[in-house]
Amino acid sequence: MLRSHLKSLFVGAAMFALMTTTALAGGTWNRGANGDVQSLDPHKTSTIEEGNITGDLFTGLVAVDAGGNTIPGAAESWTVSADGKVYTFKMRKDGMWSDGTPVTAKDFVFSIRRVLDPATASEYASMAFPLLNAEQANGGKAKLEDVGAKAIDDLTLEITLKGPTPYFLEMLTHQAMYGVSEANVKKFGNDFVKAGNLVSNGAFMLAENVPGDHIKLVKNPKFFDAANVALDTVNYIPTEDRAAGIKRFQAGEVDSMNDMPTEQLADLKTKFGDQIHLTPELGTYYYVFKDKKAPWNNVKLRNAISMVIDRDQLASKAWQNSMIPAYSMVPPGVKGYTPSMMSYSTMPQLDREDAAKKIFDELGISPAHPQKLEIRYNTSENHKNTAVAIQEMLKPWGFDVSLINTDGKTHYSYLEQHGDFDVARAGWIADFKDPVTFLNLAHTGDGNNYAEYSNKDYDALLDKAAVEADPAARMKLLQDAEVIFMRDIPLLPLLYYGNHNVVSSKLHGFVDNVMDKHPSRFVSKD
Amino acid sequence: MLRYVFRRLLTAIPTLFLIITISFFLMHVAPGGPFNMERGIPPEIKANIERVFHLDEPVWMQYLRYLGNLAHGDLGPSYILINFSVAELFAQSLPVSIRIGSWAMLLSLVVGSAMGVLAALRHNKFIDFFIVTLATGGSTLPTFVTAPLIQLIFGLSLKWIWIGGWHDGELSAAIGPIVTLALPQLATVARLMRGSMIEALNAHHIRTARAMGLSDFSVVVKHAMRGALLPIVSYAGPAAAGLVTGSIIVETIFQIPGVGRAFIDGALNRDYTLVMGTVILIAIFTILFNFLSDLLYALVDPRVRYD
Repeated sequence: MLRSHLKSLFVGAAMFALMTTTALAGGTWNRGANGDVQSLDPHKTSTIEEGNITGDLFTGLVAVDAGGNTIPGAAESWTVSADGKVYTFKMRKDGMWSDGTPVTAKDFVFSIRRVLDPATASEYASMAFPLLNAEQANGGKAKLEDVGAKAIDDLTLEITLKGPTPYFLEMLTHQAMYGVSEANVKKFGNDFVKAGNLVSNGAFMLAENVPGDHIKLVKNPKFFDAANVALDTVNYIPTEDRAAGIKRFQAGEVDSMNDMPTEQLADLKTKFGDQIHLTPELGTYYYVFKDKKAPWNNVKLRNAISMVIDRDQLASKAWQNSMIPAYSMVPPGVKGYTPSMMSYSTMPQLDREDAAKKIFDELGISPAHPQKLEIRYNTSENHKNTAVAIQEMLKPWGFDVSLINTDGKTHYSYLEQHGDFDVARAGWIADFKDPVTFLNLAHTGDGNNYAEYSNKDYDALLDKAAVEADPAARMKLLQDAEVIFMRDIPLLPLLYYGNHNVVSSKLHGFVDNVMDKHPSRFVSKD
Repeated sequence: MLRYVFRRLLTAIPTLFLIITISFFLMHVAPGGPFNMERGIPPEIKANIERVFHLDEPVWMQYLRYLGNLAHGDLGPSYILINFSVAELFAQSLPVSIRIGSWAMLLSLVVGSAMGVLAALRHNKFIDFFIVTLATGGSTLPTFVTAPLIQLIFGLSLKWIWIGGWHDGELSAAIGPIVTLALPQLATVARLMRGSMIEALNAHHIRTARAMGLSDFSVVVKHAMRGALLPIVSYAGPAAAGLVTGSIIVETIFQIPGVGRAFIDGALNRDYTLVMGTVILIAIFTILFNFLSDLLYALVDPRVRYD
């Protein structure tokens, strides 16, 4: 008995030693990832996680630094014409693919045409739509050769836009605008993204891709800044079960996670201290009012509802303060832009409720004469908690609130097909750091304008901003547009998203930023 | 016997066909499609995607296309994990599920039967009560409770096993899921075995065997157990089919890349081809294991004959 006990102890100790040595192996970042990736083909990806991984594998013309700010990438410099329409990029002379061949302007022309090619079926082709003739080419109405991307020589790329687009450089940091090696894609076809085939120009190269288990990247010695890359290996490890993930973090099996079980936030903070990073993100959690349907087309009623929703309560009770109360559509954090807030954002909650009461009285809504209201949301414990909290907040004022929960695919296909709803939950995380990504959601005819809101003055301001070359004047136009948005609230901002990162104190160079971008090339590990 | 085998295999074909047809249309009745995203995509982009994946065709045409490809052994590309074909995904995930599932089955059969026999031999004694209590506990504790407990105790505190991940299937990564999967099966097998063994030990032929002075070992193993195994055999067939095609809960909690996880991810994402592939896989395994357990029946019980 004693002997078998000793033996199991010995086996346990040996296993422990083995595991700790693997976990501590120098220069490996075991990076918890929020779910699987659909593809590693930058032109066929869409999620944040795919953005992180492809961002390690590839370097676009413009890259981001540890703080999410734009820095030169595959292009070492660029000039912009006076009218803001023509960008001339100078490629790096030392730019190389991981197979040692040079990264040329031609590769980027090929890539832009590839992402726009209808046969590629790229979800994010719209990232290239600011280019001349791009949208037409993607719709099959113009030739790919006519798109505004031209290789003047091997190291000079000229991009022509249809109008000045001040956030164009920000868009270039999106993976849909990355370059892929023309030779590599032509050689392997769609299989070019498989481990062993893929040639890339980022700080890391693909070593293994096992769906549901891990994606292993190793340092790319041909990367132009390889001398400053500390890590040898980055393993992206899906940790969808957040509770299991946090145990793995505690045991040192993963060094970081980009999500956590927020319902245990208080505990986690005591246990992990400043390894818990809670910071604002460029994203908004909102409810959509169906603007085509009475009584939800009544702006006064929408504002009264907005006033009685206690956002501080929502943030603390439903989200354990992992989200931030929101009173504007564009979250704070875009340089040069101050969000336009709802007029009552600084009013105390009790005064807001008094003001709302007057409107409800005027409209004849009271507990004696209740108004039916249906909230639709997609499956998630947090969305449910939010909807239930709002149901409770609205009830005393005479709202008979019912909740409808469907899975994500059903929910969004219902919204897209303009289903008949009163209020529905949605959220928006910025693809690039600019207010228009949020403000377009209320533009007439926008695919994500689930409210079907249409306001000529609002559209005019956005359209004017789209061709305004002076950055300050443009931001002013956008702010004015948001004033209208926050007056009419067809989309009702409730909370700003927060980044929930758990980061081991062994990692250095992990800088919190509103885009939640953390290129592995700037990170090192003890 | 050969004619029986042939007949069984022949009836499996229409069964499979029916399962494929029903699942295909059910899948397409569910609202939304693989390319309904949290954020809407411009209509022209959506049209491009749907054209590439033939989703712009009427459903019956997609069905015929699917059947045609299937007849050539092509399960199609995954709509969601677009780097992989469904066959490639299975080539990677099925061995994981089979490995964990078959070890769990073996563990539960061997340990469960032994416990059952022991309890029956010590009927109404302390050891019997002990085993019955254990078995009841084992079958009532859900895996979403046992799995985190195992992680907490053996992973986090004792550090004997990996909390999550497959790690190329090394024992310290596989043992947690194997035990979690085996526990409820083991409990069921122990209770089945105990019941049928008690019955067998009271049978006339056992009494005769004892009266003839055969050794205890020979009576229990050769005569009583053989008959008592029948319920286990009929239970083990479908159970094994379930185990080797993966468990969503165990695979998610232990973060293992098996078939169960692929199935759920596929269904939630409306990954039509992946879901269809998994349905076919599960159907084949279920038919196969039921068939095998029927054949085993004939081997174990001399009264059963297939002509």
